[in-house]
This record gives sequence, C-alpha cells and structure tokens, in this order.
Amino acid sequence: MNRARRDILDGIRRGLRGGRAPDPEMLAAVDERLARHPRDLIPARVDLPPDRLVTLFMEKAEAMAATVGRVADVSGIPGDIAAYLAGHNLPPEIKIAPDPALTGLPWESRPTLTVKSGAAQDGDVVGVAMALAGIAETGTLMLHSGRHGPTTLNFLPDNHIVVLRRSAIVGPYEDAWDRVRAAGALPRTVNLITGPSRTGDIEQTIQLGAHGPRRLHIVLVDGD
Amino acid sequence: MQPTSHAFVENARDALANPKLHRALLNMKAGFQGKRAKAVAGLPEFEQLRERAKAVKDHTLAHLDTYLERFEAKATASGAQVHWARTGEEACDIIHGICQRRGAQTVTKGKSMVAEEIGLNAYLEARGLNPVETDLGEYIIQLRHELPSHIIAPAIHLNKEEVADAFYDAHKDLPPDRPLSEPRELLEEARGVLRRIFLASEVGITGANFMIAETGTTVIVTNEGNGDLTQVLPKVHVAVASIDKVIPTLEDATLILRLLARSATGQEQSTYTTFSTGPRRHDDPDGPEEFHIVIVDNGRSALLGTEAQETLRCIRCGACINHCPIYAAVGGHSYGWVVPGPIGAALDPGLIGLAEAHHLPNASSFCGRCESVCPMKIPLPSIMRHWRNAGFEAGLGAPSFRYGIRGWAWAARRPWLYRVGARLGRWSLRLLARGKGRLTAAPLANGWTKWRDLPAPQAGGTFHDQWRARQRGAGGPGGAGAGA
Repeated sequence: MNRARRDILDGIRRGLRGGRAPDPEMLAAVDERLARHPRDLIPARVDLPPDRLVTLFMEKAEAMAATVGRVADVSGIPGDIAAYLAGHNLPPEIKIAPDPALTGLPWESRPTLTVKSGAAQDGDVVGVAMALAGIAETGTLMLHSGRHGPTTLNFLPDNHIVVLRRSAIVGPYEDAWDRVRAAGALPRTVNLITGPSRTGDIEQTIQLGAHGPRRLHIVLVDGD
Repeated sequence: MQPTSHAFVENARDALANPKLHRALLNMKAGFQGKRAKAVAGLPEFEQLRERAKAVKDHTLAHLDTYLERFEAKATASGAQVHWARTGEEACDIIHGICQRRGAQTVTKGKSMVAEEIGLNAYLEARGLNPVETDLGEYIIQLRHELPSHIIAPAIHLNKEEVADAFYDAHKDLPPDRPLSEPRELLEEARGVLRRIFLASEVGITGANFMIAETGTTVIVTNEGNGDLTQVLPKVHVAVASIDKVIPTLEDATLILRLLARSATGQEQSTYTTFSTGPRRHDDPDGPEEFHIVIVDNGRSALLGTEAQETLRCIRCGACINHCPIYAAVGGHSYGWVVPGPIGAALDPGLIGLAEAHHLPNASSFCGRCESVCPMKIPLPSIMRHWRNAGFEAGLGAPSFRYGIRGWAWAARRPWLYRVGARLGRWSLRLLARGKGRLTAAPLANGWTKWRDLPAPQAGGTFHDQWRARQRGAGGPGGAGAGA
C-alpha cells in the first residue's frame, strides 16, 4: 500500500517536473496558501446592510422551495412549529436536536406536542435542528454535527425544521466558514442545505422529496 | 469495466435509429441549456469566477504531489484512514477488504463517477456482496444493468415507461397491479424500497467532489439526500476519489461551488453540499465509526505534463455534454465508457488508451460550445485535436479515413494545387446545383446528402478569392493579409 502511495507520487513528479521532488520554495508556497486560506472573488450581491441580507436570505431560500416562519424571539418557536404541524396535518410529535438552545425552549406552552430529543430514528416524521449560519448569497443553511447536532435529523425525517437566529445570517459562504473556524477544528460533518431534497432523474421532471426531507421549514428568530 | 468505445461508429448508428432516445435527448437539451443560461445571467461575476477557478486548479495541479500529501496528513490527523490505489483493481480490492473486515453484506452507494470507472459494483457483486446504488438515476440503471449515459443524469436516456418496467421486474414483493405511470409514483416506490436498504446498510460508499487539503475534508454535492443517508447511517463510510479532486482550502471549494451547480443543473447551489472530516467524534450522537478515503490514480498521473493535463481540471458538471450537438444526437452510451461527450472525448483516450478510444475525439464538429460553457475553461477542442493527431500518428482509424486525411494534407501543403482544386470544386458544385443553391446528391458526399442538403457555393469566388478581395477593400480587418 505504501508502495502504491510512492508510485503515485513519483508518477505525479515525473509528469510535473521530470521526477524531482518539490523544492523548498514550492513547499513554502503551498503551506502559506493553506495557512492563509485567502478569499477569492465574492459576488457583489451580498454587499448589503444586515437587514437587506435577511431579506435576500428569505427570498433565495423560498425560491428553492423552503418555507420561512418568522418569530420575534425564541419563545415564539414552539408556536411556529405547532402551526407548521397543523398546517400540514402532521401528528404533534417532533424530534429535536439535543441542543440547549432547543431543549430549553418553553415547550410546556404546547402541552399537546410530544417533544423528544436525540438522533433521528426510522419513523420520526419531524426533525428540528439548529443552524450555525444562514448564507444569504443562495438562501443556504449551514448546520454541523457535534454533541448538540445529530446529522441524521437533517436527512431521515420527512419534515426538516431548522431554527435560524437572525444574527447568524451572513452574506457570503466565506463568512460562514469563518464561524466554523472560530469554533475550532472542523466537526465530522458540515451540511450546507438549500431547500428540501429533490430529483430530476425521471424525464427531467423536478420532484421534491427524493430520499431526504420532503419539506424544509426555517424558523427565523429576530431577537435572541 | 470493459469499454466499448472502439465500437463508437456502430453504437452511434444504432443510437441515431432510436426515436425514443431522440425524444429523451431533445428534452434534456431544452432543460439543461436554458437553466444554465438563466443561472449564469443571474451572476454577473460568472466569467471572472471561471478565470479564478481555472487558476486555482492549475496551481493545485502544479503542486499536486504536495497537496495530496498535505491532504493525507490532515485527514489522518482527524481520524480518517487514507488508502492509495494505483489502479481501479487496487481500489476495488481495498474497498472490498474494508467491507469484508466488517462482515458487510449490504453496501449502499452514493453516485460516484470514479466508482463507475473502476467497476466497483461488479467487483463487489462477484465477491458475494450486495452493493445498491441510491441516487435515483443510478438505481434505475443498476436495475437495468446499464452504464450511466450522462455524468449528472445517469438515466437521461430512459422514459418513465422504461423505468416502470424496471421497477415491476425488480420489486417483486409489491402488488403487480400497482400504478406506476407517473414520475411521482416511481419516485415514491424507489424512496420506500431504498429507505429499507439505507437502514440495513453496513458500509456506505460515496465519491467526493473535492478533497480539501487544508482540513483533510471530503465533500459531496447532491440534490436527493441519498449521499448523506449513505454516509451517515452505516458504521463505515468509504469515500473514493481520484487524485485530481484535491484542492487547497475551504475558500477554494467555495469558489468552485459557485460554478458547479450553475453549470450543471442551473441551480445556484445544489440542495446538499456536505463536508466530512474524520469519523464521528466521541460525543457525536450519530455518524460512522470509521471513515476511509481511497485515493485513486488509475492513469491520471500519466496525463500530467501532457497536452491532456488540463482535463484534470474537470469538476464533472456535465455542461459540455449538455451543449454538445454530437452527444445530443447519439447519446451517452455510444461513447462506450463512463465519461461521454466532449470531456469523454478529451479524457477517455488518456485513461483507457487511444487504441480503444480513438473514435471519440473524432466525434466532434469542433463547434467549440463545450469550451465556451466549461466552468473550468478546459480547451476541449484543442485536446481532441491533439488526440486526433496522436491517433493518426499511431496508425489508428479506417484506411479510407486515413487516406482521405493523407490526401487532404498533401494538397493543403501545395497552395497552388489547393487553389486550383478549390476553384474546380466550387465550379463543379455550382454546376451540379443548377442554380438551386443546394445539392441533394454529390459525388463522394452521399454520407452527407443522404441526411441533408449540401449548400452550394455562393457567388463571389472561393474563400481565398473572397479573403483577398476583402483585404484589398478598406484595408481589411486588422490588415493581416501578409503572404496571402
């Protein structure tokens, strides 16, 4: 196996520089780029004040078939979710991420709602997760795995509900990556999610609800 | 897998006689081209981003050995196990070994072109495993024992009735009289069947759109969510990627992602873009316990430093395929291998050999649309031209074709003869057209006139004559008529 590695790298060096190993300047150039991870050209569409970024995020997310509910503060989240469930004729049961920001919500204000937390299981109909960021450029949510963030919640249940704080809305992807880096080493999974799952594989007919969620609902929380 | 690219001419002839395929391809062209154009129009920076992305990838390829080493170090540090495979066989063997060690029977697969290239499914099936494709299009062609006919829309050549037939045949435990006439019904059935398989899977295999050297991360881009279910549910995740997938940083991935979906499906961003770094952490509630990354060469390192090196910038968006008049006429299976269309014509001779693939670079009118839409600015016609020359040098191609080329070259190197020949040809074609402006038959050209009229030469002389006249009048464009 190590032989395969050596042969491949040797083959690359033969093609690139007649078999020579990279010289110290080349190594330095690579390592400098990796350490500095410079930003490239960022589309001008995100050069907006924060409130306009929120509007852009909502427009883009809705254009990709997500729905957005807006609440004034976190106490409004259970109500928005209950309204979503009722609107889609869904049973009053949700599986939420084991995130204090979600488990600490006033669920008791909705006594008919059954709330469990943890990773998604087969049969869970509604999953509720917390977004790390909302990327206005394309209406994309960024979520990540961790103690508080099971990845299965984003893919197994038919209904994916994501709570997004207004303060987590950024313009370009690069700003969202800065948030990930600020949190330390990269988690196992970072998900960028734009709308519910879809396919065009049968006669180019776009259909929502392929293998992942059939619907994506974003609860946008204005205050913290 | 065994390519059938040597039979391109026969394959193409069959495809041209298949009206069902034509309807499907027409549908595809209308869909993809319009959507891409709209997405590009919506991003004023698109052209600049193409230049930047090309530069990033050229830089990466120039330091490919170092970036792969840096990627490996970071991936290993995050707990992933990195494997290297010189050939497809070695890659299959590594993946089979992982499955065997875990005692896996059912293996789910996300869509991966390199897995198709190395024939992974056949390899695993021959050893008693049950690999199941989970991308809807890939699942359909797996049931039909076919190759993908398009790199992002594998079942583009099929209509819904053919998909229904495949499902009736495969899903025997469902009521035989169930309705399957609508795409929705077909999707629901596949979703139900595959959901059980996702939950039972012991190893999940995906490809990787990128390997990020900065963080040791692999990335998949999907719309269906099947790739994510494939990699999050089983205890083991294997990502298989070719050496050209490495890029430096998260910012570089972001740059290229701004081009990828727009060029492919005309979306601004695909539904799911997932970055995987190492296996699940000790306090993660879910995710795979083991994460393996198999880095495959399979002929790519040999393309470095050659005229075909630039094909390694390809991000497999399919834009060149969606805009190719030849692909639109003959479909993907005619190409006889995993990557069809212009990128296949430029890449396949380097990967499966010119003896097998020499027809493919000849299957082009050099209209140049492929290059004009390629997000990574790969000079596809130039690379095809390179392979045409190499094929001729190697003595490949039918004798009539080779004599024709040789004769043409002989005349073209003798300007006086060429001019006389051109005048003679013009004169006789005009005579044959008898003032109608077109020919329905012409000597030596029935291959053309059998299908369509040949326009007759217009008034004003040969191209040379007209060019000279234009140079004399008004100084001509640029006045670069020296030596004419």
